[in-house]
Amino acid sequence: MSTKNIPPYLRLSGLEPLVVRPETNFVNVGERTNVTGSKKFAKLILNNQFEEALSVARQQVENGAQIIDINMDDALLDGKQAMVTFLNLVQSEPDIAKIPIMIDSSKFEIIEAGLKCVQGKCIVNSISMKEGEEKFREQAYICQAFGAAVIVMAFDEKGQADTMQRKVEIAERAYKILVNEVGFQPQDIIFDLNIFAVATGLEEHNNYGVDFIEATRIIKQKYPLVKISGGVSNLSFSFRGNEHVRETMHSVFLYHAIKAGMDMGIVNAGQLVVYDEIEPNLKTLCEDVILNRNNDNNEATEKLIVFAETVKAKGKVVERDESWRNEPVEKRLAHSLINGITEFIDDDTEEARQQYPRPLDVIEGPLMDGMNIVGDLFGAGKMFLPQVVKSARVMKKSVAVLTPFIEAEKEERKQAHLAAGTVNEEGAGAAKILLATVKGDVHDIGKNIVGVVLGCNGYDIIDLGVMVPADKILDAAQKENVDIIGLSGLITPSLDEMVYIGKEMKRRGMKQPLLIGGATTSRMHTAVKIAPEYDNGVVHVLDASRSVTVAGSLLNRDLKENYLSEIKNEYLKLKESFDNKKVVKQYLSYNDAVNNKVKIDWNTYHPVKPNFTGVQVFQNFDLADLRKYIDWKPFFIAWEMHGNFPAILEDEIVGIEATNLYNDANKLLDKIIAEKWLTAKGVIGFWQAASNNDEVVVTTDYAEMKLQFLRQQIQKAANQPNISLADFIKPQQHNTSNNLPDHIGAFAVTIDGIEPHVKAFEAVLDDYNKIMLQALADRLAEAFAECLHEKTRKEFWAYATDEHLTNEELIGEKYQGIRPAPGYPACPDHTEKYKLFKLLNTTENIGITLTESLAMYPASSVCGWYFANPQSQYYGVGKIQPDQLEDYSKRKEMPIEVVEKWLGQNLD
Amino acid sequence: MATINQELEKRILVIDGAMGTMIQRHKLQEADYRGERFANWHSDVKGNNDLLSITQPEIIIGIHLQYLEAGADIIETNTFSATTIAMADYEMQSLAYELNVASAKCARQAIERYQATTNSTIPKFVAGAIGPLNKTLSLSPDVNNPGYRAVTFDEVVAAYYEQISGLIDGGVDVLLIETIFDTLNAKAAIFAAKKYFRENGIELPIMISGTITDASGRTLSGQTLEAFYVSVAHANPLSVGLNCALGASEMRSHIEELSQIASCYVSAYPNAGLPNAMGEYDEAPHQTAHFLEDWAKEGFVNIVGGCCGTTPDHIRHIAQNVKNIQPRKLPILATSLA
Repeated sequence: MSTKNIPPYLRLSGLEPLVVRPETNFVNVGERTNVTGSKKFAKLILNNQFEEALSVARQQVENGAQIIDINMDDALLDGKQAMVTFLNLVQSEPDIAKIPIMIDSSKFEIIEAGLKCVQGKCIVNSISMKEGEEKFREQAYICQAFGAAVIVMAFDEKGQADTMQRKVEIAERAYKILVNEVGFQPQDIIFDLNIFAVATGLEEHNNYGVDFIEATRIIKQKYPLVKISGGVSNLSFSFRGNEHVRETMHSVFLYHAIKAGMDMGIVNAGQLVVYDEIEPNLKTLCEDVILNRNNDNNEATEKLIVFAETVKAKGKVVERDESWRNEPVEKRLAHSLINGITEFIDDDTEEARQQYPRPLDVIEGPLMDGMNIVGDLFGAGKMFLPQVVKSARVMKKSVAVLTPFIEAEKEERKQAHLAAGTVNEEGAGAAKILLATVKGDVHDIGKNIVGVVLGCNGYDIIDLGVMVPADKILDAAQKENVDIIGLSGLITPSLDEMVYIGKEMKRRGMKQPLLIGGATTSRMHTAVKIAPEYDNGVVHVLDASRSVTVAGSLLNRDLKENYLSEIKNEYLKLKESFDNKKVVKQYLSYNDAVNNKVKIDWNTYHPVKPNFTGVQVFQNFDLADLRKYIDWKPFFIAWEMHGNFPAILEDEIVGIEATNLYNDANKLLDKIIAEKWLTAKGVIGFWQAASNNDEVVVTTDYAEMKLQFLRQQIQKAANQPNISLADFIKPQQHNTSNNLPDHIGAFAVTIDGIEPHVKAFEAVLDDYNKIMLQALADRLAEAFAECLHEKTRKEFWAYATDEHLTNEELIGEKYQGIRPAPGYPACPDHTEKYKLFKLLNTTENIGITLTESLAMYPASSVCGWYFANPQSQYYGVGKIQPDQLEDYSKRKEMPIEVVEKWLGQNLD
Repeated sequence: MATINQELEKRILVIDGAMGTMIQRHKLQEADYRGERFANWHSDVKGNNDLLSITQPEIIIGIHLQYLEAGADIIETNTFSATTIAMADYEMQSLAYELNVASAKCARQAIERYQATTNSTIPKFVAGAIGPLNKTLSLSPDVNNPGYRAVTFDEVVAAYYEQISGLIDGGVDVLLIETIFDTLNAKAAIFAAKKYFRENGIELPIMISGTITDASGRTLSGQTLEAFYVSVAHANPLSVGLNCALGASEMRSHIEELSQIASCYVSAYPNAGLPNAMGEYDEAPHQTAHFLEDWAKEGFVNIVGGCCGTTPDHIRHIAQNVKNIQPRKLPILATSLA
């Protein structure tokens, strides 16, 4: 382990660090947020236009300021108040607050007030020995207690230092006090050596530039760790109104001062000319004036003045990347939301309002879309909280523009109702949302953010605060007749309290949807523990930005039902997968599990007889027919693009890529079909079958074959069966009123002929199309399975002849009967595939072979059983216990060790 | 007795694990929290864990003892929320000072009992835990008014000053400003400590431990790790480190970074993994210990332990695993730029 060496650099911080290293060269301090230096800024502050004032600060950062100087010294202003207000606002603007702040005032009480507002390491600008050493020491101690670096003005009891000697002398004295007495780190000291105006016409001013530069050189030699700074614009004071000359002088001065050791300066970062690009004549004139060369009798000064009169100030355009302003209005709104820019939001909102049929459509369309992006970025750690809060503010402004129009529309409808004598069902005011942190929990920052974000979106927020007992929440909800209840909690026990509140809501017969949020809450917990307790909607809200869309969906009468049922399904699935994953679980004995089988009333069940028994082979099924059965979602997942189809094509982040991919896939598919690259081969079969507990006896023309199935053994909730696939086949010795035999089916499909084309793509190093082809072959195999299953239901077995399902419904498994594959959750034993292959004579009929690990070759192949019973369903067997394992091994006549090998995942 | 500084030169010190997790195991009810003294208190106090130092001191001492027996060198006082500001939630502001004294005494007593029963001479230290408050100085709770603050710097300084005086009067060895999610709150705590030291002519080492809240790699108030370190370095801390919010596997890169930039000792006490869907921490003791052992071997750390979800078992494994590993060496503070 080598010992590290930490160099004594000046280290400052905003949200991000600023380390001033020797190679840093020069640190720009933004100067426009100074009421004494910028009329525009002063006016904004005096008029309380703080938001616009912030944009001045933002512009500085965008123009490359690395530190921002803030000064509120104006006689008409309560400087302390203005400093605190502005700094607090800056803290909520991450793109400004990322850089360190220089708190600038001639009044120390303003500096102290400012230091109390900033989390980062600031620079105090400035302290000095103007009022003696005692005061200087005291102020230095305070700065140190806040961890600030200090600018020390070259100023003492006698006044400001103008000559080189005085500057050096004061710096030495201050250095000794700060380092030796107060305990300052030398690198936290910055000397402002006073830049005074030159070329004033007074000869005694002519050497001011040189005095500064030379004092800098000497002090840096003596104390290499300290920093040297200065307010550059003073230098050119006598050329007021001639920006071109002033900017040139600044550049020339900085060029020489930086060489001497100047580290930072207060400059308008957006207005520096590049030294090398100054016209040579002007450069020489400026250098003569600044370095006091050829300047006897003000000769150099005169020359520069003469020159200055010949040049017109060249207007400069402030450069900012405004290209986003040319985008369509939806993009512009999103840009403003994501970047927290309020500047254009009013105009953009108005423009959108005119484009959309109703003002509300603007909120529910582009604004929500923008907030969703914000939520995604936040979730991905690409935005952080202050930015999200800023986005919410932009949202609020936009909503404010729309509100009068929404109100007017409402009023119109009301009048129409009145005129027609009908009842207006719209509520009087905005929807009410009640928020509370549950009993036992005192954390409320997140809840407050949710409150303000929702408030921004026009909802009435009733915030009950923290540690609110269940009955108080529910009483208030009923009394105020709120539309939504939102619970928050950060600590673990709050989760139980939320479950309790869910139960109570049910007991009280409440109707409001319940939102769950806070750091320890999760979708999973909500799905598993809270949702089952309350029937009228429980939704987990990941973060504040999502609360808007959730509330929007819940309060829209057209959307609500659909939305809640989607959530419900999602949570049911989550609960299922959680139940299957739980570590500590209760299991039934195998016997008890068998006794708790799926109950089917075989007396009233009339099994449908397939239109044929035995097998039927499809040697060359038309690929064009399969195309419409393709489920595209797994195709995109194969390309590591997750999302629903077709929504993914319009996804903000991957949409363009997804669309390109989709187009390419379809192009290749056209070719595959037209040029018959691939052959779809399939085989299906149906046979009489009867079950005997977990065994299914299949009778073919030539023999009997026994299929073995596995049964769920986990302790189920009351009235929930322990399922086995065998349950869906009519039992052998069943004394039924009807004697109709039951049947089972099987299928295997493959997409053949891919190899030569894969090789051809490999030969031209076209991996893209190679992978595309393989992915498409997989999709076609699945599509073929889907297609044959449909034909089976409607034609071959014909037990659902009147089925009319869309492709989405097929993908959603809305059909009657199932087609589980050996090796998958419902029948996890891969070795049953041998029997399936034998029954279908698969290898001979369509050429699929099984590898030793029972994978199918060609790779794009699918096989499975057909069950027709209306009660049959997909499920997972989950873990089984030793008693079932033993029984299964006996039934299969397979040594227990071999069974264990194949069923590893289902064993503890 | 050896000072904590002397011990840190020799070895990696182990700080204890979660207090809340251990208190939860006792399944205390409202009446237990109240005890006799607060039987008629006008508001609910269940969940006010710091109050237990007064009403159930044996439980708190017992938890400290378990951690000491597990091998903790530093035990934290039960004072995470013992400030006038945080206690306002229970309307127990007036008890803030007393809670700190009582909690510090519980920890001291635990050490005395431990040393008496084991005859151990290994030095053990009490760290006065100074938590982050439930009100923040850098963030507005009102989005319509981003300039608004729910509390002022001076109020926070006053609250921490009182807490610090209670902790020191109760006999702590170090101050531990921890779980910092808003650096400005921590700066107020540092300010209060320095003020107390200056006014009372006493100086205790300060340990600082921040919290990186999520995948952004930043504090809740938006600072990067280095910015955070730069902002608190003026405390001239004994150690700086990270705790809470993350499990060890998520914290590793941040601790590595800190070990590169910190001029003082480095501490790390992560949660027992990330909470699972049920809000429970389920990283096993040997897993946590394995991560921390890796950091110790890499030379990242001087003080290790656990935060939410960790138990005496975690601490025992951690102490075992880092026992024979050399601590991170303090960097050399160069005095010239060359």
